[in-house]
Amino acid sequence: MPDTDSTATIEAAYRVEFPKVVAVLASFTGDIALAEDLAQDALADALLQWPRDGTPHNPGAWLTAVGKRKAIDAFRRQRTLATKYAQIGRELQAHSALGDGDDATLDAVSSEEIDDDRVRLIFVACHPVLALPVRVALTLRLVGGLTVPEIARAYVVPEATVAQRIVRAKKAIARAGVPFEVPVGEDRLSRLGAVLEVIYLVFNEGYSATTGEDWVRPELCSEALRLGRVLAALVPDEPEVHGLVALMEIQSSRLRARTGPTGAPVLLLDQDRRTWDRLHIGRGETALARADELANTRGPYTLQAAIAACHARSFRPEETDWDELVALYTALARATPSPIVELNRAVAVSRASGPAEALALVDVLVGTATLERYHLLYSVRGDLLDRLGRHDEAAAEFERAAALATNGQERTLLSERARASRSTNAAGPGEG
Amino acid sequence: MRFLGYTLANEAEAPTEAPSPDLYEKMGRFVEEATKAGIIVATGGIAPTSEGARISLKSGEYTVVDGPFAEAKELVGGWALLECRDLPEAVEWSKRFLGVLGEGEVRVRPVSG
Repeated sequence: MPDTDSTATIEAAYRVEFPKVVAVLASFTGDIALAEDLAQDALADALLQWPRDGTPHNPGAWLTAVGKRKAIDAFRRQRTLATKYAQIGRELQAHSALGDGDDATLDAVSSEEIDDDRVRLIFVACHPVLALPVRVALTLRLVGGLTVPEIARAYVVPEATVAQRIVRAKKAIARAGVPFEVPVGEDRLSRLGAVLEVIYLVFNEGYSATTGEDWVRPELCSEALRLGRVLAALVPDEPEVHGLVALMEIQSSRLRARTGPTGAPVLLLDQDRRTWDRLHIGRGETALARADELANTRGPYTLQAAIAACHARSFRPEETDWDELVALYTALARATPSPIVELNRAVAVSRASGPAEALALVDVLVGTATLERYHLLYSVRGDLLDRLGRHDEAAAEFERAAALATNGQERTLLSERARASRSTNAAGPGEG
Repeated sequence: MRFLGYTLANEAEAPTEAPSPDLYEKMGRFVEEATKAGIIVATGGIAPTSEGARISLKSGEYTVVDGPFAEAKELVGGWALLECRDLPEAVEWSKRFLGVLGEGEVRVRPVSG
């Protein structure tokens, strides 16, 4: 039956298949840069042939088969790569079906093998030899299947920057001779940490954009969530993968509530909880339970998920179980000691035991250099001072926080709080 | 973006026997693939109208009608909530779903909020 699929339809099929195709081709050639080029060459063929011959029943198999044929052609041209050629020759004999790129070709490759290739690709894209922003760009491109313009738009950086990062990443991987494999043993755990870090970094950039005028960029959140779900499906036995998915699901449930009508940020305790997405919360609870099933001790992502879940369980802010939150933050501070965790613990303490006790904790942090330029430190301190009736000092802290904030919406919110504290003070004592 | 995809079924012509083990297996593989792609958020089926009820309010009067609703020609049979980047992607996944089903119709609609 003739197919009249348009370019847009073919491109959609290509996008859906891209991560798998690249993973299989990268495994086949051992060369990520080449794999991406081959996948794109295969798309060019598809755009010519599919409108004429119809979209194949299994577009992924078709694209992969064409990509493999092109790889072989490329290796034939580069005789210096004789070893790879010999290796491919052997594989060719194993899969003698490499004919016209029909559907049968890749059915020879089981879905388990494709899954393995995808996991390997994720680990290579998140290799510590790469700088973090480079890992992020490469993961979004190769594992998420985002285009360079899409990544550039999401991060509000020029396309050339993203393109450069990806080129640099591929070169660095080739130079370092990073093997196309999933690490084993102890190495596996630390490398998995690097993978989770990249995914959470993408999520966080969407959840509280560090630059630009938008406070949230939901498309980055859903991309990260999708990457997390992919990883959880591919590596189902790692508790922290489920912990991270749980954390992202529950935080996603608040996306709608996090911005007001003008796009200004709405803080957790001021959010309209009726708009929290119950589907995300439910999925998050399921993932959290899965993480708990798999491990005796909660890792940092699972602990953060438990914190998010604790908030999600109370319909009113005043019903929040702050004692539970203090306990969870204390556990988190033990698992990953960090001044930011301490700051969050102080916020929980302020609710459980009052602002004075929390202020003492925050003052310790003010003395350390690590958070010196972290706007939320001053925002939290301002909030505590406000609650203690020290409005002038509070206003000064909010102003300091506003000056340090890099996000436009956040800066506006903090300036407003500074003004509010000043006017509360002007109204005299006895307020609030 | 979230999309609700749903199949339509005519109860009068609905097959009475359970799906074949082969279709069951194929559908399982499809759901697995879509899950591994991270796009399925929720799925479900909808039971025949004979097991449901219809509730309406008009001029202050509630009317509750137990199923089946004989006059309805097109009924939702099953549904899936998908998280895709855009409509063409949701369409692509729906095509694959239909490919597994053999034939039928899927409607996809963006879900707001």
